[in-house]
Amino acid sequence: MNMWLNFLIDAFAFGATFIYGSTGEILTEKAGHLNLGIPGIMCMGGAGGCLVLNMIGRSDLPPFLIVILGILGALVFSMLCGLIYSFLTVSLRSNQNVTGLALTTFGVGLMKVLMIKLDATIYLVGPKQMYRWPFAGRQDSLQALGVLFFMAVLIALAAGWVLTRTRIGLNLRAVGENPATADAVGINVTRYKYMATCIGSGIAGLGGFYYIIDYMASQEAYLSVEALGWLSIALVIFALWRPPLTIIGSTLFGLLFSCASFITNIPGITVTMAMKPLLQMLPYVVTIIVLVISSIRNKRENQPPASLGLSYFREER
Amino acid sequence: MEKKLALQMRGITKRFGTVLANDHLDLDVYQGEILAILGENGCGKTTLMNMIAGIYFPDEGEILIDGKEVVIRSPKDAFDHRIGMVHQHFKLVDLFTAAENVVLGTQSDEKYNLKAVNAEVNQIADRYGFHLDPAKKIYDMSVSEKQTVEIIKVLYRGADILILDEPTAVLTPQEITRLFAVLRRMRTDGKSIIIITHKLNEVMEVSDRVAILRRGQHVATVRTAETNEADLTTMMVGRRIDLNIHRSQPVNALPRLIVEGLNLYNAEGIHVLKDISFTSNGGEILGIAGIAGSGQRELLESISGLQPVASGKITFFNPKKDRPVSFFHKSMKQVRALADKGAFHDRNMNSVNFRGMRSKAVRKMVKDGDVLFREDEVMNLRDKDPLEIRRLGIHLSFVPEDRLGMGLVGSMNITDNMMLRSYRKGPAGFLNRKKPKAQAETIIRDLEIVTPGVGTPVRRLSGGNVQKVLVGREIAYTPKVLMAAYPVRGLDIGSSYTIYNLLNRQKESGVAVIYVGEDLDVLLELCDRIMVMNGGAVTGIVDARTTTKEEIGLLMVKTDERKEAEDA
Repeated sequence: MNMWLNFLIDAFAFGATFIYGSTGEILTEKAGHLNLGIPGIMCMGGAGGCLVLNMIGRSDLPPFLIVILGILGALVFSMLCGLIYSFLTVSLRSNQNVTGLALTTFGVGLMKVLMIKLDATIYLVGPKQMYRWPFAGRQDSLQALGVLFFMAVLIALAAGWVLTRTRIGLNLRAVGENPATADAVGINVTRYKYMATCIGSGIAGLGGFYYIIDYMASQEAYLSVEALGWLSIALVIFALWRPPLTIIGSTLFGLLFSCASFITNIPGITVTMAMKPLLQMLPYVVTIIVLVISSIRNKRENQPPASLGLSYFREER
Repeated sequence: MEKKLALQMRGITKRFGTVLANDHLDLDVYQGEILAILGENGCGKTTLMNMIAGIYFPDEGEILIDGKEVVIRSPKDAFDHRIGMVHQHFKLVDLFTAAENVVLGTQSDEKYNLKAVNAEVNQIADRYGFHLDPAKKIYDMSVSEKQTVEIIKVLYRGADILILDEPTAVLTPQEITRLFAVLRRMRTDGKSIIIITHKLNEVMEVSDRVAILRRGQHVATVRTAETNEADLTTMMVGRRIDLNIHRSQPVNALPRLIVEGLNLYNAEGIHVLKDISFTSNGGEILGIAGIAGSGQRELLESISGLQPVASGKITFFNPKKDRPVSFFHKSMKQVRALADKGAFHDRNMNSVNFRGMRSKAVRKMVKDGDVLFREDEVMNLRDKDPLEIRRLGIHLSFVPEDRLGMGLVGSMNITDNMMLRSYRKGPAGFLNRKKPKAQAETIIRDLEIVTPGVGTPVRRLSGGNVQKVLVGREIAYTPKVLMAAYPVRGLDIGSSYTIYNLLNRQKESGVAVIYVGEDLDVLLELCDRIMVMNGGAVTGIVDARTTTKEEIGLLMVKTDERKEAEDA
């Protein structure tokens, strides 16, 4: 029994990475911008946070302040990437797919350069060691759930609430559905697009930071952030562009991802070394199935924002 | 009583690149009046209004509201000055409800509460006599309901100056009457209403004054009561033009295309054509009327072989010319038997009977070529793609409503677009460019297409000229059946009449013309018979010479009785 619970808790903890990534991407997509730069932005978020922690990790600052500064570092780096993306796609109206892919290449590369220079023994002193709540000091698997995990859930719920229950959310959805309409009723389309992209990027960047510092807390963790970024984008479709649903989707993806390592613990099942990579494929297989299913259903409410991927220019005739 | 000025425009100028859209325009709008702005397409009506609504910013000139100069840089500024515009292409978010669209973008310190908005929408609707369910999603709405949402949206923001861009283009006659009643109620309420249109009868019906624009310039503003349609046209076009369509009686109209029990399901499995049956005759224009999206496009596409149909028959029927009977294949006995069945006739179309005649006399009559018979060409068009239809030698022309999407290739020039019809001709693998080029030049000359030359990409031509290229190409194909969907959409009066005359000339030369139109006045004047569609079914086929607009309007909204019976 306990083993299954551990399995589930680990899935939750792991899934938080996706919650950040997909919630960030949903906000961007709701403004009508398909941000394929999310993997790069998550990498940059991780790198930014680690860079800050590397500088202050050994200082005498109170632990919670170190954590907050680390989070701020992640936010600044990833939002800067988001700003580059918005400037290129909103102001210069360049192709969103190409810009996003370029940003991913850029972010992943820059992160690798930075991370090689950093000292893992310093930056990994982050939340895992210094500031945990509310399960600090516990020896069982619950200790995997830290502040950053609960923050992810809160952000997803809050994003869902803002999108459906507030004027800002209504306006943002209008911008993504039909920017000309939004413009005609006096909504500042450019500002909404910039804000949604930058805030979304910041949230996604936290995902990279969380994965490296909190969930994995290992020196090689940064190498797999990019792959998680791509899965986060796929998860947006799974969640039907609704942030609260990312919590469920992320947990499912987390389960599938940790499946490979947990299945060996189940008595009666033997997993050969050759089987492991096959099990690790599961999340990707599920993604493909989800894409197929979501393309079959055609309820209007479950479709991507209508002007996703299109640039908007008011005086275009 | 002297009315107060609500809005003044002084010396407004707007350029798009080198094109002068508005040239030092002056315009006054009073409180509590309906001002119609009349002009041909591309005369700058919409551009001018977009500047009041904050979509564009004028290069020169000033706008005064209640006597004070204002700067309108964005739609928000316009709303702040109590100006609201209902655009021709509705600016609504399909996925939202009516109330969500109404409240969109408004700023208020109050908490966002959709229920309160719903109540307020209902209140506005009651006040001006609209009918609207605030919780209905836009994608479930008819065009008229969407327009209602647009008007309420503007009123919700407290607009005193309302601009309506071509509000009647997509409505049925009954809906237009209802809209005009609402507009008159708003006028009584002291609001200024600017209505952009190019339909003269509506101008005469609803407006108090008319401002006429021509090529970006303000020609005149006249009181509606003191003018008439002919004068307005002259001012609008700059020369007197003949507003009559010369409709001739169909000569020798014989069935050319017979559609029976046609059913079609679209990709989503929705029943879009329900049991359609009609006959299109050669030498006759069959009009198709109906609210946009009633299945007109699907019908034409399934006839031309672009959509596979579920059931039904599409038969092409080509009455061939009379041919003399000969004994080449037939014996005397066979000829006599056929004559008994009434298969033969003489030059005056009287049937020929050999009963009681000697074989020698019969032989002489046949030899002299006095005995004729008619051989019809009957071909099944169902389940054939356009190429197969073409290979059968059937000249079927289709002018689709989506000119640059389905009709022409925007980035190719006129010659290349001509070749879309003829690229298979010529020696294997090589193209013959000479003939299409000559053809392009003929069309440019005959239809007065304004273009720098045959080498200009058609995308760069204006809407009217693009349409002329498309219609010209389809007519050059010497069609037996010519189907045109909204061929005058977006065209100015002059170009529209060119197209009508072209269709009439085709009709006179014996082509079966099928014309899908939205302007009922034109349908009544141009067509011989009008078929009305609603919800994918034919609700009636009427004689265009005796019917009325009201009758067609009723048919346009008539529901299929069989369907109602099924539902009940």
